[in-house]
Amino acid sequence: MPRIRRELYNKEICACSIFGAMNRNGERFTGEGVMLAIANMHVRGNGLGGGFAAYGIYPHYEDYYAFHLMFTGRSLQDKISAKKELDGFLSRNFDVVFDEEIPHRDESTVTDPPLIWRYFVLPKKEGDDAVLADEDYVVSKIMWINTKIENAHVFSSGKNMGCFKGVGYPEDIGEYFMLDELYRAYTWTVHGRFPTNTQAWWGGAHPFSLLDTTVVHNGEISSYGTNRWYLEMYGYACTLQTDTEVIAYAADLLMRRQHLPIEIVAKILAPPIWNAIDRMNDSERRLLTTLRMVYAPLLMNGPFAVIIGQSNRMIGLTDRIRLRPLTAATNGDMFYLSSEEASIRLISPKLDRVWTPNGGEPVIGELNSMRKVLQ
Amino acid sequence: MARAAASQTSIEADHAGDGLAAVEVDATGIQTKELNDRLRELMLSGVRKVNIRNVCGQRYIGTRLYTPEHIKMDIEIFGTPGNDLAAFLYGHKIIVHGNAQDGVGNTMDGGEIVVEGRAGDVLAFSMRGGEIYVRDNCGYRTALHMKEYEDKKPVLVVGGCTQDFLGEYMAGGIVVILNLLGQANKASFIGTGMHGGVIYMRGKVEPHQLGGQVEVSPIDEADRAVLDRYVSRFLERFPEICLSQKEIMQSQFYRLKPKSKRPYSNLYTY
Amino acid sequence: MKSFVFPEFQIIRDEEKCGQCRGCERQCAFGTHTYDPVADRLISDNYKCVGCQRCVIFCPKDAIEVRPTPSFYRPNASWSREKLEDLKKQAETGGVILTGSGNDKPFRIYWDHIVLNASQVTNPSIDPLREPMELRTFLGAKPDLMDISVKDGDVEIKTSLSPNLVVQTPILFSAMSYGAISYNAFRALATAACKSGTYFNTGEGGLPLEMREEFGRCAIVQVASGRFGIDAEYLNCAQAVEIKVGQGAKPGIGGHLPGEKVSAAVAKTRMIPMGTDAISPAPHHDIYSIEDLAMLISALKEATNYEKPISVKIAAVHNFAAIASGIVRAGADIIAIDGLRGGTGTAPKAIRDNVGIPIELAISSLDRRLRNEGIRNKCSIIAAGGIRCSSDVIKAIALGADAVYIGSAALIAMGCTLCQKCFSNKCNWGICTQDPRLSGRLNVDIASQRLSNLLSAWSHEISEMLGGMGINALESLRGNRDHLRGVGLYEWELDVLGIKGAGE
Repeated sequence: MPRIRRELYNKEICACSIFGAMNRNGERFTGEGVMLAIANMHVRGNGLGGGFAAYGIYPHYEDYYAFHLMFTGRSLQDKISAKKELDGFLSRNFDVVFDEEIPHRDESTVTDPPLIWRYFVLPKKEGDDAVLADEDYVVSKIMWINTKIENAHVFSSGKNMGCFKGVGYPEDIGEYFMLDELYRAYTWTVHGRFPTNTQAWWGGAHPFSLLDTTVVHNGEISSYGTNRWYLEMYGYACTLQTDTEVIAYAADLLMRRQHLPIEIVAKILAPPIWNAIDRMNDSERRLLTTLRMVYAPLLMNGPFAVIIGQSNRMIGLTDRIRLRPLTAATNGDMFYLSSEEASIRLISPKLDRVWTPNGGEPVIGELNSMRKVLQ
Repeated sequence: MARAAASQTSIEADHAGDGLAAVEVDATGIQTKELNDRLRELMLSGVRKVNIRNVCGQRYIGTRLYTPEHIKMDIEIFGTPGNDLAAFLYGHKIIVHGNAQDGVGNTMDGGEIVVEGRAGDVLAFSMRGGEIYVRDNCGYRTALHMKEYEDKKPVLVVGGCTQDFLGEYMAGGIVVILNLLGQANKASFIGTGMHGGVIYMRGKVEPHQLGGQVEVSPIDEADRAVLDRYVSRFLERFPEICLSQKEIMQSQFYRLKPKSKRPYSNLYTY
Repeated sequence: MKSFVFPEFQIIRDEEKCGQCRGCERQCAFGTHTYDPVADRLISDNYKCVGCQRCVIFCPKDAIEVRPTPSFYRPNASWSREKLEDLKKQAETGGVILTGSGNDKPFRIYWDHIVLNASQVTNPSIDPLREPMELRTFLGAKPDLMDISVKDGDVEIKTSLSPNLVVQTPILFSAMSYGAISYNAFRALATAACKSGTYFNTGEGGLPLEMREEFGRCAIVQVASGRFGIDAEYLNCAQAVEIKVGQGAKPGIGGHLPGEKVSAAVAKTRMIPMGTDAISPAPHHDIYSIEDLAMLISALKEATNYEKPISVKIAAVHNFAAIASGIVRAGADIIAIDGLRGGTGTAPKAIRDNVGIPIELAISSLDRRLRNEGIRNKCSIIAAGGIRCSSDVIKAIALGADAVYIGSAALIAMGCTLCQKCFSNKCNWGICTQDPRLSGRLNVDIASQRLSNLLSAWSHEISEMLGGMGINALESLRGNRDHLRGVGLYEWELDVLGIKGAGE
């Protein structure tokens, strides 16, 4: 029997800025505003990563999964051969309706970009896979691509939404992908990064996404090893070497596969302290004790403020003792989340309400076709 | 001798002594360092009053204004100042017409800060002198490790309520929480590690909200005198508040003090 | 036959200080000190001394020193003094060398080669003196998926849950049977467990009737191969039932309580005749294969109305991870693994010192194995075998254990000095003897206070170390090997432990 080898994974650490803007009526707007907002928090980053998630950008292809692929590698040849292998894999497992390179400004300031391509696909399930639900099929294929095809990474995979990210200040990344010109979305989330590992790579920027769940994250997850061990038992491969991945996968596991509502999921990721639980009424206490007991390995420890984007909602959540800042604000139909209030004021000087949510309590904005903003 | 509104690229300093007219500074598109450069320039050239317009996220405003001669300035901020407003403040007076962010009055040594709105986290951290008045609510970790020495006592008055970890590790000074916005104060972990100073709370807090080192009692006459003084100063600064001093002082106030100067002496063995 | 063996200890008495109070004579059950009325002085017989240090601590004049006799043989790396003398003893008696306590040989202690992380800058360390630090742990099986429905604000939990033990700190008292230890020591453990929010384990000696009502709520009762003292009330008054398949000190062999230690009270609790040897056979004679164990687990669940978690305790030996995996699939809620350094009241020295593997490697190996098979949720792991301090506890949890059992550490808290003569029934500290004159020396209240102090001190230290790592709930450290690094270890050891070397 071969000797076991330990895994030497490296966990990137980063401090950052995050911002989110959502129009709860579903009215779409360009990325210009959020680019200004994140630029205002320029000093929170160090230029080694930035990214955007945008919802509602592909109305003509809204029924297709929009895969955004990144082909890395030292030489152009590496990138092209990775693409070739990926193309073969995709055509065998999916119906590819349309694909093209994601447009970008060549004269922008980002350096050494990978080859970035988008594909609009539908699952082509055969044999044993035929019994799988579409989403499970898609997820398993994505995990396969990300672990098995060298230099190819799927970094966005939802319908009618997409992530844009790379190494550079977020406003520069926005410019590179022309987010102020080419796209209109009803929800934008943005991230500016300050990694402490100088060898930043394009795949390591935020947001992290799986299907339509995207996560931008400020902080460091000290429970990463525990969370990762648990998620790997459920088939998630944590390949992107950044702790934010576990939040995206935990959200996918709990919300998509186990159908738990977001209020319960927030209580799993950032539960109240035992002292507080012991003082609650019987039914609340029973619920929270059960959640903490069963999902202990998914407790996210360490400072964090995250914005989780999904097709019909935007969620802000901080750790239980609020070690990272998050300000929420509303102005009519607009709902904002930000690391700093000033950035919200920059694009919306007038605000109906501004507050800082309590640690561990989610702030949820939903499309008006769903519900109103919860405090 | 009205001063022209300053353009983005140049500011003309008046001669020293014309303290009544304020110099206007437009902070649109200006980074933190550049803005603070201008403030210092202005101060050194004799200006004593500045209005800064369109502030949006610039940090450490008021920090770089120390001089051995202890010059004092009055600064009014229009907009949303960035983090660490008036960190290490050395005697100036700052009024914010709007909300402030995190770190207001960080290690402030003297002077006055007035915020016509809310403040964020880590307000008055390690504050060692001077006064801060915040009209609305504030965030987590307020007045952490505030300290005093003999007659140098910092004072913080918050008109709304706080979030968790108020007065953590407090070593001196006076904090007054007025809870005037109609929300109950639900903060937890109040005064954990407190070993000096006093917190005056308007309205009751439950025992489980307090750290183990805190003891609560109703206020006495000496406390009332202190409260009268600072509530009155608070109301002077926020004329928009409809309640009168009498109405506020009629409420039940509680004094939170540390039980001992050495809260953790029993924890260690040698 | 004349004995050729040197005394293990030598007693040095400062005759000027000694006041001839004869306290040492009274303290020593081995008869080491005797008073000579003619010479009016105390005479000590080195051959009888076991080095338990009782007389030294209790001498009011601090007049006695007891130290290990240096070896007078020519130095020999292979033939150490211990090897020489054990051989001579066997030549004299033809017997198996017995000993007590845990393995004292210099096998590598992995705890001392593992260092912990601390958070700086990118992740603040948390101050446990001012912010909440949560050590509460649930031991038992957890479901994979929860079915929870939320309708109009009402939450309904549809998944049924397995019973779990709740501990306020991840340290439990290991199995030490009444019989192996004295009634007072046993009661002190039970008292401290109840006071500190954790559990004690009755070991295979049963739970005396008068203790069931008061202490059942913090008891884990054991079903061992001798099935001593087991009745339905015993099983149901406790909070968990543990099937003892093996223990770290003597894997593969049974237990043996010499007849001298089977007093009337011990006999009553164990339901055997007084003065007989209490023999626990090597295997459970109804468990010869894994499916038999599955049957016993189910039987116990039936007997306890499915209200209590069932634990299985095994020794950590070579292929134990595969065995443990089978045990989990057989329905066990908790797996207790006991490593090479586990203690005992009596064991043959050859077995104690040579059989088993270090617990550090075992925890890591088991955690990995269960995760790879996707069944880690189905049980909790409690690790035992030479846990000496709070940093050992934290490292055990980071390697993958849910909690630890302490045995030797608890006895040391009560006064034990690891003199390894537990089988003699003459424990001068009153801990592992049935002689009432000796066991009466151990005051239950004071001893349980010592134990509670120990738990409290370790819990504070654990909180400090957790806070230093930027973690404020113990569950975020479980299996989180990223917070550990190895120093001075071989590559294969780092591989088995699953941790990086320091600096990697």
